Amino acid sequence: MTLRSLALPKLGYLSATHVFLLLGIFALLSADLAVSALDPWAEMRRLVSGLLRPDLFSIEAMSVVWTVAFAVIGVALGASAGFALALVFARWRAVRILAASVRSVHELFWALLLIQVTGISAVTGILAVAIPYSGIFAKVFAEMIEEADLSAERVLPPASSIVARFAYVRIPELAPQFWTYTLYRLECGLRSTLVLGFIGLPTIGFHLDSFFKQGHYAQAAALLLAFYLLIGTRRLWARPATVPLLIIASLLVLPETIGAGSFSGNILRFLGHDIVPTPLRNADLLVGATWTNFAAWLWPIVVKQILPGIGQTLVLSQIALVAMGMIALVLFPFICRRFAGRIGQPLGRVALVVVRSTPEYMLVYVLLQLLGPSMLPAIIALSVHNGAIVGYLMGRHADTLDYRQDAPKGVNLYCYETVPRLYGQFLAYALYRWEIILRESAVFGILGIATLGYYIDAAISEIRLDVAFVLIIATALLSMTVDAFSRGLRRRLRIDTLPTRLSAAPSEARVGAPGGEPRFA
Amino acid sequence: MSILVELNSASAGYAGQAVLHDIDLKINAGERIAVMGRSGAGKTTLLNLLYERLAGRVALIPQATALVKTLSVFHNVYMGRLDRHPTWYNLRTLVWPRRRDVAEIEQVLDLVGLTDKLFAKAGALSGGQQQRTSVARALYNGRPIVIGDEPVSALDRIQGGEILGALCARHETAILVLHDIPFALGTADRVVVMEAGRIALDAPARELTAADLVPYYGG
Repeated sequence: MTLRSLALPKLGYLSATHVFLLLGIFALLSADLAVSALDPWAEMRRLVSGLLRPDLFSIEAMSVVWTVAFAVIGVALGASAGFALALVFARWRAVRILAASVRSVHELFWALLLIQVTGISAVTGILAVAIPYSGIFAKVFAEMIEEADLSAERVLPPASSIVARFAYVRIPELAPQFWTYTLYRLECGLRSTLVLGFIGLPTIGFHLDSFFKQGHYAQAAALLLAFYLLIGTRRLWARPATVPLLIIASLLVLPETIGAGSFSGNILRFLGHDIVPTPLRNADLLVGATWTNFAAWLWPIVVKQILPGIGQTLVLSQIALVAMGMIALVLFPFICRRFAGRIGQPLGRVALVVVRSTPEYMLVYVLLQLLGPSMLPAIIALSVHNGAIVGYLMGRHADTLDYRQDAPKGVNLYCYETVPRLYGQFLAYALYRWEIILRESAVFGILGIATLGYYIDAAISEIRLDVAFVLIIATALLSMTVDAFSRGLRRRLRIDTLPTRLSAAPSEARVGAPGGEPRFA
Repeated sequence: MSILVELNSASAGYAGQAVLHDIDLKINAGERIAVMGRSGAGKTTLLNLLYERLAGRVALIPQATALVKTLSVFHNVYMGRLDRHPTWYNLRTLVWPRRRDVAEIEQVLDLVGLTDKLFAKAGALSGGQQQRTSVARALYNGRPIVIGDEPVSALDRIQGGEILGALCARHETAILVLHDIPFALGTADRVVVMEAGRIALDAPARELTAADLVPYYGG
């Protein structure tokens, strides 16, 4: 027997899938999936009947306006800052680290921290989106700059200035991509600002929270309908030409701040006192005893909160990841012309876009009310939402495949041609969404599932911001670790160059173009 | 001899643009036809047209080998008969092939000299090996007519000759695009030469010499 055959089996698509499935099964066995609600079906019926009869007159118009305004300004700020950072992203390590750390903290956690400084205010709503998004924009814009076809730049006269190079080559080449991605981020931003309402900001989520709590499902349905309409029509109202108008209008309608006090006083208190670990406050940092106290303070946080929180976060995200993969593989034929046909395909697309537009946080919130507290609502929400996204992308890839003329049909085509040919792409999407699922898993703790967010929310409501800060750092480190691991895995599987972003998937234009199939006269 | 297909002043094209004009062609069962001509002359379009007319009776070897690169050679060859098994059986074969099928496909791979690659990933093969896998899929398919678009273009003369022999032995009728003149004259009993979307020459192979064909290649 050679040494090679003694070693572990080679990492391939199949073995990677097996490992993830196995981990998913282990996680499932250790998860709490009980349905503890007494009569979930009765409540479900009330919910569905309410959703089917939206009460359009009850819409709080200003909450919709503020949801859009926060998102527009937040995304605009994030995109501008991200663009500036992207220019030096490849050169400066510090920028890469900064971008990675701001984006590894979820918008809701940013909002929870910012509320301590800027109160329940427009500034909180905007910065909670702008800060993490600037990190995301920096990375994505930098990748686009790097991947851009800059062959035209090489033929410019060597003495051309940097500005000229930018204006003639880079901007024309990159602007359409930047715009597509920004538009996609605006959609995410709208979901984010909606959800910020659940923790007290005056957006749609604030009213949804009270409607759902009181069982006023018809009113909630009207708000959701308005939200879907906003997302569905975003290509109409968010255009390059309307951007200045949108930003100015958004600035004009911003709500007044409620009880924040002086900003400078708040931020000094926050940075200098609140988030400094209690044993280090006003202590002599050169004395050994200070650090002994610090260790004694930190140890129980690590053992009783961080480790169990990480455990539950990983369990939830692992189950959700595997379930997402299965859902995506089942769903994607429904938006694929070859399988769903010319009539089925658009219907399938609409369904997947609606599912994708539903904020997961709200879905978990509703499901928790229906099913009672357990991990099940979070698993359903995460896997369905992400499954719809990956399914949508896979469907678009599947439409670009050229099959040989004598290719099989139906299930045979799916199993022997479509899935094998797209499997690498599928893994690329799934691994990319792993880190996103993990970040969301941590956040769902705010709703009572024992992931990291649960401990963060508890620490904040006990006004122990120093503890919350440590927990948020731990969460950020966890998500960065998973991100690095996922990237490493994608490299090992040689799928690291495949598209993973929504905006990088094959475009509709290419999908609709006549393929290799000849038409006979 | 029975007529398989008959084209009368047929034309065909892509998206409204005609590539073939006034094609008159009658093909009998049992014929071995070499389709020749320069690139762009309309050979592939002619094959597509014939494939449409003969659908259901054809084993196809497309110009691009059209293999699923993430699956093994075995599975790619097995695909030639997907329509002849129930779907559950095909799904089972995907994860756990039956020994009988493996043995049968091994025999087919023996004809193209690929038995040692039975469970290798198709994507890991060289261009010539992929082409032989594509041929094996048609051989395993076993339908009476084989339509091949340059089935041996990536192979050397000896190997190409063996494979053409296997194709002609296994399939009653063969319609093959070939570029190699001696090959065409040696394998086929009828030569059809395409030029600018029309049939420029249609003659029995025994009446032709290499010198008759060279002009169509600009030589």
